[in-house]
Amino acid sequence: MYHYDEYDRALVAERVAQFRDQVSRRLSGELSEEEFLPLRLQNGLYLQRHAYMLRVAIPYGTLSADQLRTLASVARDFDRGYGHFTTRQNIQFNWIELEQVGDILARLAAVDMHAIQTSGNCVRNISTDAFAGVAADELLDPRPLAEILRQWSTVNPEFLYLPRKFKIALCSASEDRAAVMMHDIGLYLYRDGAGEMLFDVMVGGGLGRTPILSQPIRKALPWQHLLSYVEAVLRVYNRHGRRDNKYKARIKILVKALGIEAFAREVEAEWEHIKNGPAELTREEYERVAASFQPSEYPLQPAVDLAFGSALARDAEFARWVQRNTLAHKQPGYVSVTLSTKPGADMPPGDVTAEQMEQVALMAERFGFGEIRVAHEQNLVLPDVAKADLYALWQQACAFGLATPNIGLLTDVIACPGGDYCSLANAKSIPVAQAIQQRFADPELLQDLGEISLNISGCMNACGHHHIGNIGILGVDKNGSEWYQLTIGGAQGKQSALGKVIGPAFSAEDVPEVIAQLAEVYREQRQGTERFVDTVARIGLAPFKARVYPAQEVRA
Amino acid sequence: MNNLIRLTEHGPELIRDDGWSLALTEGETVAGPRILSLDGWLQCQPAAVLGGLVPSADAVCLQPDDEAERLQPYLAVLPLIAVLFPSFRDGRGYSQAYLLRTRIGWTGELRAVGDVLRDQLSHMRQCGFDAFAVREDKSVEDAIKGLSGMSVLYGRSAIEPRPLFRRRTSEC
Repeated sequence: MYHYDEYDRALVAERVAQFRDQVSRRLSGELSEEEFLPLRLQNGLYLQRHAYMLRVAIPYGTLSADQLRTLASVARDFDRGYGHFTTRQNIQFNWIELEQVGDILARLAAVDMHAIQTSGNCVRNISTDAFAGVAADELLDPRPLAEILRQWSTVNPEFLYLPRKFKIALCSASEDRAAVMMHDIGLYLYRDGAGEMLFDVMVGGGLGRTPILSQPIRKALPWQHLLSYVEAVLRVYNRHGRRDNKYKARIKILVKALGIEAFAREVEAEWEHIKNGPAELTREEYERVAASFQPSEYPLQPAVDLAFGSALARDAEFARWVQRNTLAHKQPGYVSVTLSTKPGADMPPGDVTAEQMEQVALMAERFGFGEIRVAHEQNLVLPDVAKADLYALWQQACAFGLATPNIGLLTDVIACPGGDYCSLANAKSIPVAQAIQQRFADPELLQDLGEISLNISGCMNACGHHHIGNIGILGVDKNGSEWYQLTIGGAQGKQSALGKVIGPAFSAEDVPEVIAQLAEVYREQRQGTERFVDTVARIGLAPFKARVYPAQEVRA
Repeated sequence: MNNLIRLTEHGPELIRDDGWSLALTEGETVAGPRILSLDGWLQCQPAAVLGGLVPSADAVCLQPDDEAERLQPYLAVLPLIAVLFPSFRDGRGYSQAYLLRTRIGWTGELRAVGDVLRDQLSHMRQCGFDAFAVREDKSVEDAIKGLSGMSVLYGRSAIEPRPLFRRRTSEC
């Protein structure tokens, strides 16, 4: 992972001092809440229903074991013993005292971490594939360019007060595991025939109350122009994006209003001025950053591992977990392991206790190179596990509630914190997620249903990405009570699609049974190995609607 | 303006008795030299000023919707350019300033006016402002502490055209 130098450390240390000063001026009344608001947001601090929430940046979802231990210590010493991993590969702490934020940030700075720009109308954490650098289907490692982009967008003075938040994601594998098409800027990175790195640039994606998938704006951009091209997009957006209505301020609305061709012309005209200037990346800089991401020395593994093979044959539970929770690795004899943070009723999706974090840090050291990834599905990934170690790892993960064999299955629910914490929410997310997980607790049924993504957002701001879930659940408020609107057919990745609403909303208690009925329709209608989302695409919404709504309600 | 910070070659100076006054609405009368809206300025300048022959007595204030490029023909006759921040959360003024300095070629005084506050001054300075009319109800002695900002700038700016990767000297 990236190693800080004295510049990186100085910036983070100065930022802690600066924010301590801002907090003390707020506490003394020198700063009004209105003046303080954007300052605290740009340091990751939200005011929620019960307390402040601090969102800590985990750049492109990569953590060291020591960093994870520090997060555990923050959870233990400043929160209620747990943290919540987010769909932007960050972590948030929900029970924070304003007076203690300076101390928390100082503790994070000691391990090269910060909370800069995890909120606010600025460029947010750069995200990428949780399996970057190790996945077998990767074209090249996106992390050096993600880090270069992270640095360039950090406290970039011109772009700290954009019309609205701005999210950038990169992907450079055959499968898009970074949800690139729902980002303000999405970057697909690959090599040309001569081995040079190129980008296909997408722009104008975003969820929220007007969900839009991004559109291609430029093909085959040479990597040296990454920063200048992103700068051109940001400058056009900063100058022309709407500021009169918060819900129409994302770049997707500007792109839609101008049309992609006209927007692209504006960007190209701006880019002409800057593309061959000092922002052009140098090979030296690329290599300086890439040096931090050199592959580790992988001890050679035997071609055939009899102990592993016999454990698979002997222990069906283990075999199920290996099948569901591991991903093919570049290196023979290794896999990447996903530790599920979705055990069901015991813990809300994405919540991890301090003790679990410390255990994961130990596992990362014992079964890998001391590195952990956060997936945007809110799970934790150990990227480099020898197959020979899987059985021992699995036993340890089981002991700490991190081995639920449900990655990619219906109970691997993505959910925002919802009305239990968030003051924006219309409805709770967590109890609904847990009720669904309980309804599908039978592992045989779950396996049989195969890959289904289920996403829950407590309001139309869509932090749970409900639009791109195969099944999406949106909390809505009807006359002061909480209801849930269902969509089906959404998908992330290169085949991204927005789900379609199936009909009137349901009460919380009806949701699990309605999901079960949708699953039944799929089981009856599927052909061969067709996934849920493929069946929806083939047969449309009607058979699903017919099952979950009595006839008269469908007409209404 | 009596709450002004101006950068000079000796560092920032506090100015209590700056003569300029904003007169952004049509027909507004003020004592002393005026800073007019761009449209207001264009309407009232004599042909000799617009033709670039005679310096203007009036300055211009860009508002967030104004295209900074419209000032290009008048740089030689303008005594000062102000950029209005109607709210400190409206970031368009940063891009206007950056363009005025790096592309349009303005080298005279570039003054931030409006909701100008301590915690944004360093960003404004990076984008090319060299004068800051701090909001009247705020202490200018206090605001001046916000000018220096942080010592590390990863990217580039109007006053530091090279990104850090072209300035980095460390071997780490």
